[in-house]
Amino acid sequence: MLMRRALLIAVPYLWLLLLFLVPFLIVFKISLSDIALAIPPYTPTFKDGIAELISQLDFENFVFLASDDLYWKAYLSSLQIAALSTFMTLLVGYPIAYGMARAPEEWRPTLMMLVILPFWTSFLIRVYAWMGILSSEGLLNQFLMWLGLIGEPLTILNTNVAVYIGIVYTYLPFMILPIYAALDRMDESLIEAAEDLGCSRTQAFWLVTVPLSRNGIIAGCFLVFIPALGEFVIPSLLGGSGTLMIGKVLWEEFFNNRDWPVASAVAVILLLILIVPIVLFQRNQQKQAEAEA
Amino acid sequence: MSQTIFAPWDDPNEKPLIRFENVTKKFGEFVAIDDLSLDIYTQEFFALLGPSGCGKTTMMRMLAGFENPTRGTIELSGQNIVPVPPNKRAVNMMFQSYALFPHLSVRENIAFGLKRDKMDKERIEARVAEMLKLTRLEKFAQRKPHQISGGQRQRVALARSLAKAPKLLLLDEPLGALDKKLRQDTQFELMDIQESTGTTFVIVTHDQEEAMTVASRVAVMDEGRIIQVATPANIYEYPNSVYVADFIGDVNILEGRAKPVGEDRYEVLWHEGVAPVTATSSAPFSDGQTAHLAIRPEKIAISTDRPDNADNAMEGKVLDIAYLGNLSTYHVGLPGGQVIKAQTANTRRIARRDITWEDPVWISWSATAGVLLAE
Repeated sequence: MLMRRALLIAVPYLWLLLLFLVPFLIVFKISLSDIALAIPPYTPTFKDGIAELISQLDFENFVFLASDDLYWKAYLSSLQIAALSTFMTLLVGYPIAYGMARAPEEWRPTLMMLVILPFWTSFLIRVYAWMGILSSEGLLNQFLMWLGLIGEPLTILNTNVAVYIGIVYTYLPFMILPIYAALDRMDESLIEAAEDLGCSRTQAFWLVTVPLSRNGIIAGCFLVFIPALGEFVIPSLLGGSGTLMIGKVLWEEFFNNRDWPVASAVAVILLLILIVPIVLFQRNQQKQAEAEA
Repeated sequence: MSQTIFAPWDDPNEKPLIRFENVTKKFGEFVAIDDLSLDIYTQEFFALLGPSGCGKTTMMRMLAGFENPTRGTIELSGQNIVPVPPNKRAVNMMFQSYALFPHLSVRENIAFGLKRDKMDKERIEARVAEMLKLTRLEKFAQRKPHQISGGQRQRVALARSLAKAPKLLLLDEPLGALDKKLRQDTQFELMDIQESTGTTFVIVTHDQEEAMTVASRVAVMDEGRIIQVATPANIYEYPNSVYVADFIGDVNILEGRAKPVGEDRYEVLWHEGVAPVTATSSAPFSDGQTAHLAIRPEKIAISTDRPDNADNAMEGKVLDIAYLGNLSTYHVGLPGGQVIKAQTANTRRIARRDITWEDPVWISWSATAGVLLAE
């Protein structure tokens, strides 16, 4: 019995150990190494023996990251883009979730399906589709010019605006679903009670609906913010040369410069930055679970 | 000793607090309320009683402002409130689910309505304290709704709806979620609070015992109409229809043809080969008119010997005994196959009682014990 329980607990821990901790330690080790013209492109390796290996590791790459302002600017800009796009996703996602939760019962599964539907096609294809929509000869510009709203095409593709659009579009379902779950659980008589006690519809929304969907809002924001911070595909395909995001920097270090140690150091710091919101997210989930128990 | 009896409905000069005038409410094709008129007076504890789907909740929601009548007007203190939205009405409601705000403490829940009125802080504090005291919740003021018991939640809901001192308080099945013992205690508490605050209460319930206990008047509803409005005693003793007699409490209904046999006195031929029963009625019945004699089981005496001087007496056999502790209900089968229920108080211990299953017994009642009803 005790054996079985120990085994049951051991499985997820083993999973985490093999697929998270070990790769992280490898990345961390590389971040402490030096670049070399070799395969693999860094030194020292395990071929040099453990003692030699440890004596050659140093924090040189982290010192380099701190001294070159490109990196911390990229981190800051990533944080800013992630935060702003999370906020915009909330602005778009909340009304959708609200509409879904207030829709007739028989429509809800269909609406839910529509929110999830984009996941059935490849993420990359959907981002390419946005390139077709946003480019200067793209659908959006043609439509606006046909309407006569603009005389010449707007430059949207390869700017930060396109990146925001891409992130909001891609992560919208992650915002909608937890908020919808929170609103769906809400007892509608609470709104009637608020109105009965003297609230207008708007007051009832801000005083009752929003506080009661707070956990859904927090969960949705983290689910968007965390992946958006390290986002690489969207800024590199939709963003321009001026778009500075740490995911893109990391990719360039790794593939263009073939500087694995610096790329690894960038990744380690990104992970350290992400630990804060991840821990906060976990705590929010736990608090919610306790409140429901 | 003279005592003024609270009966504003008998005073023709009294103005009603609420007046439903020819109110009809339809949901699509379904008629929830059918051309209904009703007056409710200040300081009444008025019960709307009926089976589910009879329209009692719709009446309450129209008073609160969550539904609007399809036709007709609803007046509060002489003013038509149909166009007034729920947040502008001097009416508060206690919800069946209590609808307490889960993110707010007990204190904040009670203060919620007061804050909307832009009252100053000290007055809100004072009013909340008063409400907490009234409902004996002082110790729980800082707790959240999920940290208190069902009975306490019910009291928070009551305190919250009373806090704004409404002209009219609506209670939607207020005790439905409580267990029986707590429900009985709370009924008396509700009556005390109603009396001490002087608020007019309208309660919706499907529990006839609850309606009888708390209400000054009861309206029995069925299919969107009010069948009878009267005090609990009158509803019980003088039902105006078989429906009301049957809905409130336990009753025997003997259906037959009336035959006048004297002033206000009739015989009812209710079964071939069985002696007719005699009953008095102030309502007139013509010869041969269909009549239902409604008689409560506790008005029927049961004995082993033939009683003397009884207006109605018949012999039968005990089929079943329902022992309720304080009372026993005997199901007595007559030779023709009909079953009459008779009830007696168990004033003696069970071992001393002489009637048991299969015993031949006599049941009897006086001519004035029942009510003769046309329909």
